[in-house]
Amino acid sequence: MPKVILKVENLYKSYGELKVINGISFQVKQGETTVIIGSSGTGKSTLLTCINLITPPDKGRIWLEEMEITDPKTDINLIRSSIGMVFQHFNLFTHLTVLDNVRLGLTVVKQIPKDRATDISIEKLSLVGLADKINSYPAQLSGGQQQRVSIARALAMDPKLILFDEPTSALDPELIGEVLNVMIKLAQSGMTMVVVSHEMGFARAVANDIIFMENGVIVEEGDPDTMFHHSQNPRTQEFLHKITELYGGKSE
Amino acid sequence: MDQLSIIWQGLPSLLSGTLVTLNLTFYFLAIGFILGIILALGRVYGPIYLKLLIILPFERFFRAVPELVLLFLFYFGSSFFHINMSAFMAAVLAMGLRSAAYQAQIFRGAIQSIGKEQMKAARSLGMNTLQSIRYVILPQALRLSIPSWSNEYAVVLKDSSLAYAVGVTELLRQGRYIVARTFGNALLVYSVCALIYFVLVFIGNQILKFLEERYKIPGYELKEKKEQSVLERI
Amino acid sequence: MSFMELTWNIIPKLLEGTAVTIELTVIAIAMGVLMGIPVALGRVYGNKAIYAFCTFFVEIIRGTPLLTQLFILYFGLPSIGIMLSPFLAALIGMGINSAAYQAEYFRGAIQSVKKEQLIAAYSLGMKQNQAIRYIVLPQMFRLVIPSWSNELIYLLKYSSMAYMIQAPEIMSQGRLIASRNFRTFEVFIVVALIYLILVLVLSKILDIMERRLSIPGL
Repeated sequence: MPKVILKVENLYKSYGELKVINGISFQVKQGETTVIIGSSGTGKSTLLTCINLITPPDKGRIWLEEMEITDPKTDINLIRSSIGMVFQHFNLFTHLTVLDNVRLGLTVVKQIPKDRATDISIEKLSLVGLADKINSYPAQLSGGQQQRVSIARALAMDPKLILFDEPTSALDPELIGEVLNVMIKLAQSGMTMVVVSHEMGFARAVANDIIFMENGVIVEEGDPDTMFHHSQNPRTQEFLHKITELYGGKSE
Repeated sequence: MDQLSIIWQGLPSLLSGTLVTLNLTFYFLAIGFILGIILALGRVYGPIYLKLLIILPFERFFRAVPELVLLFLFYFGSSFFHINMSAFMAAVLAMGLRSAAYQAQIFRGAIQSIGKEQMKAARSLGMNTLQSIRYVILPQALRLSIPSWSNEYAVVLKDSSLAYAVGVTELLRQGRYIVARTFGNALLVYSVCALIYFVLVFIGNQILKFLEERYKIPGYELKEKKEQSVLERI
Repeated sequence: MSFMELTWNIIPKLLEGTAVTIELTVIAIAMGVLMGIPVALGRVYGNKAIYAFCTFFVEIIRGTPLLTQLFILYFGLPSIGIMLSPFLAALIGMGINSAAYQAEYFRGAIQSVKKEQLIAAYSLGMKQNQAIRYIVLPQMFRLVIPSWSNELIYLLKYSSMAYMIQAPEIMSQGRLIASRNFRTFEVFIVVALIYLILVLVLSKILDIMERRLSIPGL
C-alpha cells in the first residue's frame, strides 16, 4: 500500500472578500501524479503555493509524509527543500549560469560540498537533455530549455514531491512538447507530482488522479477514465469538453 | 536664545537672498528650456552636420566640465574679451547653457520616445515639419518630460548656490554675511540656509508633480531609453 | 607668454591639484558605496524606524546643495568645537552626499530584481538572508552599474566645489596660479580641458567595464 506523500485537509485562503480556496482536501500517494484543472483564477496556483507555505493559508492543515507543514514548530525551510516547485515563468536566477542555477540550492540550502553538488547538477541536467548548456545564461535559452533547467533545479534537491504550476502555459506551441516529455518521463520513473495544467494529453497519459477545481472548491475528482468518460458533474463535462476542443488531445 | 535672535534679525537678508536664488534658478531654467528644445529638435530632425559639428560638441563640453569651472570661464572670460558683464549675467549664461545641454537630453529622449509614426501621420495630413513639431510632437514631448524635468529643477536650484563663487548675493552668500556681521553661530545659520533650500526644492517638486498629474497623457509613459555609452548618459 | 607657453608652465602645479581631485573622488565614491548599501537595504528591508531614519537621511542630503553641506562641515562645525581640515571636510561632505544618492540607486536596483526569483529561492528552502545574499545582492551590483558610473563622473565634477572650502584640489591650484599671473581666464581654460580629458577617459574606462561585466538578460 503506497504511503501518502501529501495530505491537504480543509484548506482555506481568502484575499479580502475573495475566497480563493474555500475548503479543499485531497491526498497524493507516493509515485502518483495528480493533475489539477479548472478555469483561470480559480485558485489553483494559490493552492500550490500554499502547500509549501509561500502563501500562508488562512485555515487548514497540510502534511508532507508524517511532517505537518502547517505546524508552526516545523522547520519550513527543511520542508521546502524536500518539495520541488516548477513555475509558469520558469523563475530562473538571471545572474547565474544554468549550472549555477541548478547547483545553488544544493550548496546553500543543503550544504552539499561543491564537487558533489556539481556532479548531481550535471546528472540532472543530462536527464532533461541540457548537459551541453551548463555555461549558458537563462536569457540565452529558449523558453522550453529554461523550463527544463527549472525542472532540473527542482530535481537536484532530491524532492519527495514536485509541484508544477502551469509549466507549459508560457511556452510557444512547438516548445511545449519537449517539456511535457520530460514530465512524462519523470512521472513514469515514479516521482510524486502535483501538476496544474491544461494539457489534457498529458493528463490522460500519466495522471493517476484528476481534480477539477472551481470557485475555490473541488467540484469533482477521479481517475482519467472516469473524469473524461463517466463524469457525474455537468460542469466537469462542460469544462473538459471545452478544454479538449481548445488544446486537443495532445499526447506524446 | 541669543543665536535665534540673530536668525530672526537676519531673516530679511535671507529672504532677499532667496529671491535672488529663485531669480537665478528661473533664468537658468528658462535659457536651458528654450535652448534645450532647439538643440533637441536640431538633433532629432536637423541635418547630420548640425548634430556632429555643433550640437554634440556643445552637449559634451557643457556636461563634462564642472559647473564651477563654467562659471569662472564666463565670469573671467567676459573681462578677457572686454565684454562688460555682471556676475549675475555670467552665472546666468554659464548655468543656463549647462542646463540647456541637460534639458536637450531630456527632450530628445521624450521626442524619440514618441516615435516616428506620429511625425509620419502629421505629415500625411499635409503639415510641414514645423507645424508637425508644434502641434503634434512638442505637446506630447513636453508632457512626457515633466518627471525628468523635476529632477533638473532640483539640480539647478541647488547649483545656484555656486553663484556665490563669483560674488552674486544669493542665499548662501547672505548667510555668510550674517555669520560675518554678527559672529553668529555658523552651524545654525548655514543649517537654516540648507532648510530653506530644502523647502524650495520640495515645494517646486510638489508643483511639478501636480502638473505631471494634471497634464499626463493617459496610458503614455516615457520609455527609459537605455543609453549605451557612459558619455551619453552623464 | 603665449597661451601654449602658459599652459606648459602651469601644468605641473595643476597636476598636483588633479591628484587631490582624484583622491577626493575615489575615496568619496568608496564612502558612498559603504554607507549607501546599508541605507538602501534599510529602506527596502528595514522596520518602520530604520526606514524612517534612512529616508530622512536620503531626503535631507539630496534636497540640499552640496555646497551648503560643505559649508556646514567646514565653517559650521567649528561653532561646536569640531575643526576639520579642508580636505577632510570636503571628503566627508562628498562621501555623505554620494551615499545618499547611491542609496537611491541601490534601492532602485534591489527593487528591480524580479520578485518571482525570490519566490523560487524560498521554494528551494532558502531563508531571507540567503536569498538576499545569493540572489538580490549579485543582481543589485550588476543592475546598479549604469547609475554608479554616472555617480562617479558627477563626483569628479562636483569635487570642484571643494575649492570653496579651500581644499587643495585643481581649482584651488588654478586660482593660486591666476592670482600670480593674472591670466585667470586662460588658466581656467586649461583647468576645463583637464576636466574634459579626465571625464572622457573615465567614461571610456567605465564603458569597457560595463561591457565586461554585462550578463545577457540582466
